[in-house]
Amino acid sequence: MLRALLLTLSVVAVAHAELCKPDAQNAFKVRISIKTALGDNAYAWDANEEYLFKAMVAFAMRRYSSKSTTQISNVLLCNVTDRVSFWFVVTDSSKNVTTVPGSEVEAAIRMNRNRINSAFLLSDKTLQFLKITSTLSPPVEPSTPVWLIVFGVVLCIIVAGIVFLIVSGIQKHKKKNKESTERENLEEKVEVTLENGIPCEALDLKPGHINGVFAADDERFTSL
Amino acid sequence: LSATPEVPKEDGRPKWDNKFQYILSCIGFAVGLGNVWRFPYLCQIHGGGAFLIPYFIALLFEGIPLLHLELALGQCLRKGSVGAWNTISPYLGGVGVGSWVVSVLVSLYYNTVLTWVMWYFINSFQEPLPWSACPLNENRTGFNEECYESTAVNYFWYRKTLNITPDIAESGTLQWWLILCLATCWAIVYLCTIRGIETTGKAIYVTAIFPYLVLTIFLIQGLTLPGATDGLIYLFTPNLNTLKNPRVWLDAATQIFFSLSLAFGGLIAFASYNPTKNDCEKDAVTVAIVNSMTSLYASIPVFSVLGFKATTAYWDCLDRNIISIINEFDLPEESIMQQNYTSWISFLNSSYPEKIAGLKLKSCNLQEFLDQSVSGTGLAFIVFTQAIILMPGSQAWAILFFIMLFSLGLSSMFGNIEGVFTPLLELRIIPKSAPKELLSGIICLISFLIALCFTLGSGSYWIDIFDRYAGSVPLLVIAFFEVIGVAYIYKIKRFSKDVEWMTGRKLNLYWHITWRFISPLLLLTVFMAFVILQMQKPPSYTAWNPKYEGFPMKEEKVYPPWVQAICVLLAALPCVCVPLVALFHLVKQKCRSKDPSFVSPEVFSCQGANS
Repeated sequence: MLRALLLTLSVVAVAHAELCKPDAQNAFKVRISIKTALGDNAYAWDANEEYLFKAMVAFAMRRYSSKSTTQISNVLLCNVTDRVSFWFVVTDSSKNVTTVPGSEVEAAIRMNRNRINSAFLLSDKTLQFLKITSTLSPPVEPSTPVWLIVFGVVLCIIVAGIVFLIVSGIQKHKKKNKESTERENLEEKVEVTLENGIPCEALDLKPGHINGVFAADDERFTSL
Repeated sequence: LSATPEVPKEDGRPKWDNKFQYILSCIGFAVGLGNVWRFPYLCQIHGGGAFLIPYFIALLFEGIPLLHLELALGQCLRKGSVGAWNTISPYLGGVGVGSWVVSVLVSLYYNTVLTWVMWYFINSFQEPLPWSACPLNENRTGFNEECYESTAVNYFWYRKTLNITPDIAESGTLQWWLILCLATCWAIVYLCTIRGIETTGKAIYVTAIFPYLVLTIFLIQGLTLPGATDGLIYLFTPNLNTLKNPRVWLDAATQIFFSLSLAFGGLIAFASYNPTKNDCEKDAVTVAIVNSMTSLYASIPVFSVLGFKATTAYWDCLDRNIISIINEFDLPEESIMQQNYTSWISFLNSSYPEKIAGLKLKSCNLQEFLDQSVSGTGLAFIVFTQAIILMPGSQAWAILFFIMLFSLGLSSMFGNIEGVFTPLLELRIIPKSAPKELLSGIICLISFLIALCFTLGSGSYWIDIFDRYAGSVPLLVIAFFEVIGVAYIYKIKRFSKDVEWMTGRKLNLYWHITWRFISPLLLLTVFMAFVILQMQKPPSYTAWNPKYEGFPMKEEKVYPPWVQAICVLLAALPCVCVPLVALFHLVKQKCRSKDPSFVSPEVFSCQGANS
């Protein structure tokens, strides 16, 4: 009885070894970079983490195919290295010693990638399934591009400045015109005033004009 | 002259509010984008600190004398470039017209460079910066191919900003976002130059001083970045062997000449608004020295940042190699660090050489990254933007950097526009009753419409052409005729008397020697060397072609014949004004001399203009 058990176990082990090895059919390589992702909060990769991984893959398969036949024991891990990287396959419990086609596994993982990542506190870059490409999320784009808003603000300020300067220029021009017409009116009034038939304006414009006749006379008088 | 004390004649000419405004305007005009993105590059490729030797020699014998000449001329004659040269001698009127044409051509394309700066500025408000990551392709499985093969920064510059065509003959379409930015830039220029120096005088306080503030902030930040010292050592380590190469001397002479913005007519215009009794000699020396000091001061943060970028690139290179090795050999994480990388590599190479060869590791060499020297728009829009992404708080740095570039360019634009505006104002293009605002508005509107050509897909190729041909050779020719005209036609004796009257002291022997002999000779040599170098190979350009097999390297192409004709036209147009106007006056004189009632115009003198 014991011998039969041992025999089945060894057969199963050998079968597993056959199914899960590097570059086997339907096998995927996983590469995990915990220290890069978490730095000081990095956890160690041990058997418990491996168990969680198997559980997540089984969960993904169940969710994808919606039939609850995949067990944790169906997920086989092998060749775990220090890097942390390993290979895994998913066996089909209904059919003996075969693996689930790679395309199904790929689709299942793709569908649940987010959940798998968050279970390990990792991201697409730090938990890599080497043959499974991830759909990249586009960057968040606001409805109006930011630059258009800034541009609008700048343009409004500039236009306001230009309008202000032009308006103030026109006002200054008008004031200057008004002043010059006022001065003209004033000058006209001044021109009207006469003194001895000579316009005052003519008199005013000659500053300090020395009358040669009187100056000569003065000299004659003071030479005593 | 009357015995009464000097009373400044009210000729209705606008004047500076104070001397500081004038000096600041000249400094702002001289200090431009070239101080930030051309001088550090030249320093780097021409032997670091050793480049300062030819640079200062050129400053002493070419820069300062020509600057003093222009400022003295403008101050004495109190007219813009066209009027001033007409007054010196009608045969030299062409020099003024040539200056005016160059100012027009340069204003057109210079503001388009500012358009690019503005575009980057308004894009710097986004988080994350749009040039930090590649956009996805259509089916979202990977990145955009053009972006992926080059870099995100390159993609943003060539595709998202310029939308560049692969060939200059393909014009592409007008880029609407660039048109919007171009309109804004011309609106800003109009706002600041709306009433001539009345408004630029106020604006210059901000646009001339602000760049120094930002440069200081970048200096402090730059020096704290890792790898900054590597960059600075690399920049300033003198390599005296480079001085044996005549190319270095030529580059120093041309750099000083173009950096001081000589022969544009803008300096003459600025000086013409001065009172005549002003020490133009001290002003010239001040402006020239401040300009050179600014170049030196700007190269420190630029090279700190470049050193930082090179160091980061080097570390990235090492990290990528380390990851490949760890993945290949399934070694635990953090077993290979940057410090023990070399020992690991030698160990693995000896034990598993085929595996290592199969990984195709890139050799990471810090010197190589430092050697990647760029100047011009490449420095600002590709290299610097990449470095900014790596800095913490990158948006703030990007905003500061692009405002600084914008101020630097704007203050130079003031000088260019003044060189266009003042002669037109004096030629009475518009009736005197019309406001000045109208003339500046017309200038800005026409320039905007013409500059729309530069917003096409091939626009940046055309700007390179304008920069290389319109903004280089004609200036040398005009400056040469300026010095010859003042030294030999107006005669140095008369000019020195004028300068003595203005400054109040006798003209130093240094000015006599440089104006009479050294500067004209130097200009002639530089001009000939420049032309010979240009003629040595057919004019070519590098195009950004995603379909090129060497992509992301740029494709070297030769200009088609019709473009070469335009290049020649651009270079020749300002130069040809000089002999044309002289010829025109010669013919007029010949016709007039047959008329006996003709009286020759009286001899002009600086003092005579103001009594």
